[in-house]
Amino acid sequence: MISGYGDTFGRRRSWPGRLAESSLRRLDWTLIGAVGVLSIIGSLLVFSATRASLAEAGADPESFIKKHLLNLAIGLLLGGVTAALDYRLLRAYAPIVYAAACIGLVVVLTPLGATINGSHSWIPLGGGFQLQPSEFAKVGMVVLLAMLLGEPRDGEVGPGRRDILIALALAALPAALVMLQPDLGTTLVFGMVTIGMLGVSGAPKRWVFGLVGAAASAALAVWWLHLLKPYQINRFTAFADPSKDPRGAGYNAQQARITVGSGGLLGKGLFHGEQTTGHFVPEQHTDFIFTVAGEELGFVGAALITVLLGVVLWRGLRIATQAADLFGMLVAGGVVCWLAFQTFENIGMTVGIMPITGLPLPFVSYGGSATFANMIALGLLEAVHLRRNPYE
Amino acid sequence: MGSRSHLRLMVLHVLVMSLLLSLGGRLWYLQVMNGAHYRRVAADNGIRDIVVPAPRGQILDDVGRPLVRNRTALVVSADRTTLVRQKDGGKAVLRRLAAVLGMPYDQVAAKIQLCGPGIKRPCWTGSPYQPIPVDDHADPQKALQIRERQEDFPGISAQLQAVRDYPRTDGAGAAQTLGYLQPITQEELNKRKGIKVTGYSGVDLIGRDGLEAVYDSDLRGSPGIRRVLVDSQGRVTGIASEQPAVSGGNLVTSIDARIQGDVETALSHAMQAARQRGTPADSAASVVMDVRTGRVMALASYPTYDPSVWTGGISQNEYDSLLSKGKGQPLISRATEGQFAPGSTFKISSLPAAVKDGYSLYGIYPCPSSYMVGARAFSNFEGESGGDINLHRALVMSCDTIFYRFAYEEWQRDGAMHPVKNPKDPMMKMAKAYGFGSPTGIDLVGEAGGRIPSRAWKTAYWNATKESDCRHGKTGYPNLEKTDPARAAYLKTMAAENCVDGYVFRAGDAANFAVGQGDVLVTPLQLARAYAAVANGGTLWSPRIAKAVLAPNGTVARRIDPVKAGTLPIDPKILAYMRSALADVPKSGTAAGAFSGFPFDKLAVAGKTGTAEVFGKKDTSWFASYAPAKNPHYVVVAMVTQAGTGATTAAPAVREIWEGMYGLRNGVTAALPGGNVPDKLPTLAPDGTVVPPQGFGEPVGKAPAVAGRRRR
Repeated sequence: MISGYGDTFGRRRSWPGRLAESSLRRLDWTLIGAVGVLSIIGSLLVFSATRASLAEAGADPESFIKKHLLNLAIGLLLGGVTAALDYRLLRAYAPIVYAAACIGLVVVLTPLGATINGSHSWIPLGGGFQLQPSEFAKVGMVVLLAMLLGEPRDGEVGPGRRDILIALALAALPAALVMLQPDLGTTLVFGMVTIGMLGVSGAPKRWVFGLVGAAASAALAVWWLHLLKPYQINRFTAFADPSKDPRGAGYNAQQARITVGSGGLLGKGLFHGEQTTGHFVPEQHTDFIFTVAGEELGFVGAALITVLLGVVLWRGLRIATQAADLFGMLVAGGVVCWLAFQTFENIGMTVGIMPITGLPLPFVSYGGSATFANMIALGLLEAVHLRRNPYE
Repeated sequence: MGSRSHLRLMVLHVLVMSLLLSLGGRLWYLQVMNGAHYRRVAADNGIRDIVVPAPRGQILDDVGRPLVRNRTALVVSADRTTLVRQKDGGKAVLRRLAAVLGMPYDQVAAKIQLCGPGIKRPCWTGSPYQPIPVDDHADPQKALQIRERQEDFPGISAQLQAVRDYPRTDGAGAAQTLGYLQPITQEELNKRKGIKVTGYSGVDLIGRDGLEAVYDSDLRGSPGIRRVLVDSQGRVTGIASEQPAVSGGNLVTSIDARIQGDVETALSHAMQAARQRGTPADSAASVVMDVRTGRVMALASYPTYDPSVWTGGISQNEYDSLLSKGKGQPLISRATEGQFAPGSTFKISSLPAAVKDGYSLYGIYPCPSSYMVGARAFSNFEGESGGDINLHRALVMSCDTIFYRFAYEEWQRDGAMHPVKNPKDPMMKMAKAYGFGSPTGIDLVGEAGGRIPSRAWKTAYWNATKESDCRHGKTGYPNLEKTDPARAAYLKTMAAENCVDGYVFRAGDAANFAVGQGDVLVTPLQLARAYAAVANGGTLWSPRIAKAVLAPNGTVARRIDPVKAGTLPIDPKILAYMRSALADVPKSGTAAGAFSGFPFDKLAVAGKTGTAEVFGKKDTSWFASYAPAKNPHYVVVAMVTQAGTGATTAAPAVREIWEGMYGLRNGVTAALPGGNVPDKLPTLAPDGTVVPPQGFGEPVGKAPAVAGRRRR
């Protein structure tokens, strides 16, 4: 009787319940776990980086961390919704996502946009909130390229020349718009995502290598023709030898290196970084968040963050491999290329092996739009994972 | 979706993982392998040394009254770091600041630029992290504006800082004696190795003259170092350690502010009176000294100036006027740097010289109105004749012809125009024994030595001037001839003579020297210590102004005592004889007029007048004196140039000084209680108040103890 009652009860609520239960269980929990730990560490680091200067300015020392936690909550919601969607539907909506992203990028260039740190990248929303369309454009870019290059093909191994040219043309538009802000970092992300997705889609080698070569020569051309803003050139030259002008352009690079290096093996302890408290590194809660980790948590903490990001990328690649279709594989591959480049560029510039560009560290840095975009990316990976090929 | 895509994903996988691995390697290299290095760099990164200026010590008089003290002034300074980070590099702020301070913008901007190659002064030589003084004598009203409208003046601060203050206690200026401060130069820094500076302009000063210069290392103290934690903007976030500044010691001098004030007043009275008599009276000096100790109690010089012109940086115009001949070069202390012919005051040297050379101390000598020195007649002042007199009378009435005779005869015994191998020159030797011709060694800078026109000097002088003399001997003085043909002719003859045998020590030179005329020059200080030596029985002091350095904690850091420079080679009998003669000068001698009605029963003043003729100028008026005559304590010497005889101008000034010291005028209390100077030093109370020695007045600015107790 007792079991019968249980059966009845179970049967009554079981259909949708069991489905939800099973899809929850089928989520890639390793990936979510890694992102979760990164977010927790990131929150602590954001708090450490901002509390001293906020208290000094007489503001609530917790105002940034509160906003960051709110951003994470909203991001989680966005990611959950994305994961719940059948990603195959996105194929249909891809042009709309892309168009919305491009419109956003155009709007920031109009007087509606706001300039922060020399870049015209934000749309103020009022109440202290701003939107950075370039972050969402990364999502739009991945989805659109996946649609263009992931068309079901009969017999063909890779995308044809026509598809590739269309993909390149459509990728060039947001890249150019972002370059106008100017936001060199995001432009580079677009470039890497485009090349990476072309590669994964099975495009002929000559295209892939050709694009890599073209990117390299474009960089050289930009260099020779002085197409970059002076501060961008300074950031690049400072990368070569930061000690040349410690108060000038090399200052960020030099201070970042000192801050990370002074952390040693075990770090100075959370909230105990003198360099961090003294605001020696600019943009420490956003682009240079990794310096806080390096100083306060030492090599152990910094390496842990790198390993956790490695786990995210590894799970992402695994999801791409197991994807049910080419579109899913390209979405996951695109997301991996995006996050991988951003991770390498961000940590690389902090430790002095990459030039300085304004890119946040995924899942760790402060920043609403970036957090939302990263969580949507996580949602995309999970969406592909949920609908993977059961036979794989 | 073929195997090619999977292969590509594998490639991507390898690529991603190797990138992450290289990040890990780089982290290991930075944090584990070089962690110690970066930790050191980080430690230096956040710490800056800020030098805290030390308050300079005061200069006090013998009972602790301030002659120089410190006053707080509002100093407006600019923080370069903050200004440079503003959008326009701080230009707008500096323009507003210039307008408020009433200074040209260019001047303000120049003051805050960092010195470097190709940058003209004024520029900032100190650390860019320290505030740069823009105006160190800011009007409080202006400074207040800056403080109130801080949002308009980011990076600008108005703060209180100590600057030198000259209170003129009891009218005591003593500008040339106290000296002044000027910004320290790199050469001075190199020369004085141990000196510590703050890097603040307006604070890093060094004594350039007078006591401020001589006792600079005692007065300046040692700046402290505050190690502060700073953030990347250079803003101070905390203090790491602090080594406090050590205040400079207070210099106690033997100057008595009241006597100094009286002396300055007496000199200015004398100069005014002389000017009313129609003489220029263009400069004056006076020295008051304790004959028993060699301590200087007053040292005055006219024309003088207000030393506060040095505070906050002197302008070129003000500086030029301090040195301009037209303004009488007030920077120069006539008492120690001025050299003048001493006239008859010099006889205290010539008399014992003659006696030592064989003339009887008790002999009777004729004092004709004039005496033939070779072919030239040398006359008494105003040509009066004294009859046959003793040496006592010769001093009292200041007979010159007796001394002409002594000098002429001695000169003849030395071989006249063809000197013997080792001439005796008794007068020269005695003058040198009195310390004339060389500096006294007083604790001041730039002291002059005077001049003893010896045979060697004559030769050297001739060698230096013969070229010009020979030229003038031939061509004469064409310019002067138009205005004053007689003088031009005389000068031409002199030049022609000097050209031929100017090196010869002539009879006239010897005669002039005996009465302090001709080429002999002394400083008022040299004359004062010579009279002090006569008064004290023969001790020649190297005088001192400073008595001691009081450390900020009240202990005596060091004592400064006058040094015995020598003993007069004169029989005490002769000294006593001269003293009795000098005692009669104010009573019945040349200074009797100036001292008529003086209460000699209360204070027996002894002294000697001097009237020195200066070619082309009016006479220099001297009076050298000491008192009490029987048991001398102090010497007072006064000199006024171009002011007539010693009796008319200098003697009344000296009388006024004595009256002040002993309180001999109606309604005047004695500057020296009981005629005594304090034998103890003033002390420093724990609260920093200066407590005068017992019996020498109330502590400065301290409430009576009773009132304080009652309030509790």
